[in-house]
Amino acid sequence: MTFEELKPFIVPGLPHYLALSGQVFAIGILIALSKRNAIAVLMGVELMLNATNLAFLAFTRFVPQAQGTPALAGHVFVVFILTVAAAEAAVALAMAVLVYRRRETVDLDRLNLLRW
Amino acid sequence: MADFVVIAPALILLLASGVVLFVAISGPGTLRPVVLGALVIAGVFALAQGAGGQNAEAFGGAVRVDAFSVFFAVLIVAATIAVILGGSEWIESRAQRGEVYGLMLASAGAMLLLTQSNDLIMIFVALETTSIAQFILAGIARDARSSEAGLKYLLTGSVSAAVLLYGFAFLFGLSGSTSLQGIAAYVAAAPEGGRLALLFAFALVAAGFGFKMAIVPFHAWAPDVYQGAPTVVTSFLSVASKAAGFAIVLRVFYVGLGGGDSYIANDWAIMFGVLAALSMTFGNLAALMQTDVKRLLGYSSIAQAGNIAVGLAAVAAGSTNGASGVLFFLGTYAATNLGAFVCVMAVSQRIGSDQIRDYAGLARRSPWLAGILTLCLLSLTGIPPTAGFLAKIYIFNSAIQASGASEFTSNLGAQMVGAPPFVANLVDGVVERWLVLVVVVAVLNTAISAFYYLRWARTMILDEPPETSALRVPAGVQGVVAVAAFGVVLFGLAPTPLITAAQHAAAALH
Repeated sequence: MTFEELKPFIVPGLPHYLALSGQVFAIGILIALSKRNAIAVLMGVELMLNATNLAFLAFTRFVPQAQGTPALAGHVFVVFILTVAAAEAAVALAMAVLVYRRRETVDLDRLNLLRW
Repeated sequence: MADFVVIAPALILLLASGVVLFVAISGPGTLRPVVLGALVIAGVFALAQGAGGQNAEAFGGAVRVDAFSVFFAVLIVAATIAVILGGSEWIESRAQRGEVYGLMLASAGAMLLLTQSNDLIMIFVALETTSIAQFILAGIARDARSSEAGLKYLLTGSVSAAVLLYGFAFLFGLSGSTSLQGIAAYVAAAPEGGRLALLFAFALVAAGFGFKMAIVPFHAWAPDVYQGAPTVVTSFLSVASKAAGFAIVLRVFYVGLGGGDSYIANDWAIMFGVLAALSMTFGNLAALMQTDVKRLLGYSSIAQAGNIAVGLAAVAAGSTNGASGVLFFLGTYAATNLGAFVCVMAVSQRIGSDQIRDYAGLARRSPWLAGILTLCLLSLTGIPPTAGFLAKIYIFNSAIQASGASEFTSNLGAQMVGAPPFVANLVDGVVERWLVLVVVVAVLNTAISAFYYLRWARTMILDEPPETSALRVPAGVQGVVAVAAFGVVLFGLAPTPLITAAQHAAAALH
C-alpha cells in the first residue's frame, strides 16, 4: 500500500480530534456531575475546557474559514479560554479555601446549610 | 481610538472598578461618590449613544452598539445604582466595601459589553467576567452560608460555561466563523445535513445561557445562591444579571439564527416553550413551601424566568412583538424586584431575620415598607393596575399571536388510524397551537403564585407583630423603594413610553 492509501488511517484528521475531544468532554462532565469533592469537580471542569480547546484547534486546522473571519480566530479563542480558565481556577481555589476554613470540608454533600 | 469611544460606558465602569479597588487597598476613603459618579456618567453616555440613533460597530464587528444594547445598558446601570443606594447601609458597614463596589462595577461593566457583543469570543469573555465577579460577590460576606453560596454558584457556573463553550466550538466548526453574522450566513444557507449538528450546538449554548437566566433545568444554583448571598448581591443577580442573560440570548437568536425565519426556529420555539412551562411550574410549586423570604424570591425568580421564556418561544414561533415583550417584561421586572429586594434588605437588617413569619405585622411597624413590598408582590403576581400585570398580558399575547402565525403543521391526526375525524382535528388543532397551551400553563401558574405572594402580604398586614416598635429606615433607602414603587405603578398605568422604547430596541435586532 502506498502512503496516500494509508494516510487516513495513520494521519489523524478532524474526526479523530473530535472523537478525542468528545471523549474528554464526556469524562469531564461525568466527573463534574458525580464527584462530591469541590476540587474534583473543578478538575472535571478543566477537562471540559481542554476538550473545548481541542475542538477549537481541530476546527481551525481542518475547516475552511468563512469569508471575512480573521485568520486564527479559533486559536485566539483558545488563548482567551486558557486565560479565563486560569482566572476562574484562581477564584475557585480561593473560594474552596474560604469554605474549608469555615466548615472544615469541601464535600458538596456536607455543604447543606442551604437546602429546601 | 474610535473603538474605545463606542464601548466607553463599559470602559468607564471597568476603569472605575480598578480605581475603587486601588483606593480601597490604599486606605480609608469615600468610595460611594466615585462609584455612583462612574455609574451615572456611564448611563448618560449610553443614553447619548442611544439618542444619536445610529448603530456603531467596534473591534472588527465584535462589539455592536445599537438601540438594543442601549436599552439594556440603561436598565443595568439604573439597577446597579438602585442596588448600591438601597444597600449602602450594609455595604458601608463591611470591611470589604471596596471589593463589593469594585466587583459590582466590574460585573456591571462586563454586562454592558455582553449586551453589545456580536462575536462568540466577545460573548464568552464578557459572560465570564460578569460571572466570576458575581461568584466572589456571592461569597463576600465570608460567613458559612455566604461562602457556601459562593462555592456552589462558582461550580455550577463554571460547568455551564464549559458546556456553553463546547457549543460555541461546534458553532465555529460548522460555520467557520466566530461572528454572529457569519453564523447567520451559515444558518441562512439552510444546510439540511448540518441540521442535527446545529441543533446540538444550540442546545449546548442554550444550556449555558439557561444558567444565566436561571430557567429549569439549569436553575439549581438560584435558590441556594439567593438565600446564602448577601441580599445586596442577590438583588443585583436577580435583576441585572438576569436581564443581561436574556439580552444575549435574544441577540444570539436574532442575529445568529436569523430570528423566526430560520429553518430551525420551530425547534427553538418548542425547546423554549417546554423550558418555560417547566420553569414556571417548578418555580412556583417549590416557592409554595418556602419560609425564607430570600429563598422564596429565588424560586419566584425561576418562575418569572419561565414567564419571560414564553416570550422567547413566541419570538422563535414568529411573533412580531415577542422580543419587545421580553424587553418590556425585563424592565417592569427590574422595578418590581428591586423594590421587593430593597424592602427585604431594609427590614431583614432591622428584625435580624429572613423568615416570613418574622415579617408579621410589618404594616404596623413600618407602613411605608410594608405598603411598597405588598405593591411589589402584587406586581410579581400580575394583578392590575401594577406593571407586572401588563407585562404578563403583553408577553402572553405575543405568544397567542405567534401560535396563529406559526407555519407549524401537525400530521399527528392523520396518523391516528381509526380515530373519529373530530378527534383527529382536535389533536391537530391543539398541536398546531401548542403555544396557547404554554400560555394556559402560565396562567394557571399565576394562580399558584398568587397563593404564596399574597400569603406573605397577608402575614405583613393582618398578623400581630411580635413587637410594636417602629422600624427606622434612612431616607436614601426610602427614596429608592419609592422610586421603584413609582416605576411599578407608572409602567402599570402609563406603559407607552417603556413599550415604545422596548419596541425600538427590539427593532434594532433585525
